Amino acid sequence: MKAIAAFLCGLTLGVGLIVSQMTNPAKVVAFLDVAGRWDPSLAVVMGSALLVAFAGFAWVERRGRPMLGGDLAMPPRWPVDRRLLAGAALFGIGWGIGGFCPGPALVATAGLSIDAAVFTAAMLAGMAVANRLGAAAASARRTFSREPSDSAQ
Amino acid sequence: MTIDWPAFTPGSALIGGLMIGFAAAFLALTIGRIAGISGILGNVLPGAPAGRPGSGGERGWRIAFLLGLAAAPGLAAVSAVPMPPVETLVDWPWLVAAGLLVGVGTRIGSGCTSGHGVCGIARGSLRGLVATITFMAFGIATVFVLEHMLQVPS
Repeated sequence: MKAIAAFLCGLTLGVGLIVSQMTNPAKVVAFLDVAGRWDPSLAVVMGSALLVAFAGFAWVERRGRPMLGGDLAMPPRWPVDRRLLAGAALFGIGWGIGGFCPGPALVATAGLSIDAAVFTAAMLAGMAVANRLGAAAASARRTFSREPSDSAQ
Repeated sequence: MTIDWPAFTPGSALIGGLMIGFAAAFLALTIGRIAGISGILGNVLPGAPAGRPGSGGERGWRIAFLLGLAAAPGLAAVSAVPMPPVETLVDWPWLVAAGLLVGVGTRIGSGCTSGHGVCGIARGSLRGLVATITFMAFGIATVFVLEHMLQVPS
């Protein structure tokens, strides 16, 4: 049952990316190119997605538990730390170069784009490397039993 | 700033955006998880942290989600929705560099456009908001440098 819900979510999200043309890197770069011929479409995509998601998450918080059972596993809302900022910065640079973020890259690869497949292969490698680095960092933290000191809050 | 009116597609952007927002709300409501693609993908790859949502019973729904995402172009092909072209502006070496940066960055930064930009902001997460502002700013700066200073894309 949970797998069916997740499948439908992935499918709907993927079709949403296709309908909104966010699977086309040229359109994403045209949004990021504020100094050139600017295409504001991505802002509309994000705005309308947020509208629905905002209502949905408010409902989730009120319910306190998911409809299909299990726990509500939501990530922490704060603090903003150096890892978050550094990661988001690297992601932004890659996003600007290629015009792909992870969702559209996967959907475009499934749509049999060779360019998207090249990007996705590199992205998977990058994720696996970061996983290893993260695991190593976590084990180092355990060893020295110290907390990250770069928390803002 | 010059708006490229012929390229602007507010109608399809609105409909697609509503679908994306619905999908994010749907996953949270049904199974209580964030529809963040980098997190879902990264946590089924080698080296993902154990013990957090990512190991054991978490694997099934993640794989199902990814299969749904991969099935989207097929569904679009058999329905009235045309798959838009995938037009890249840079050559493969640039795409490889971009992919590595996106892969490493989204794992270190714990999220991407969907997890931080849609889910994070929608649930009032300061981390999500700050991450989104950061990757947007760096994306805009990168395109500015490539398009207007180095003129890399053809």
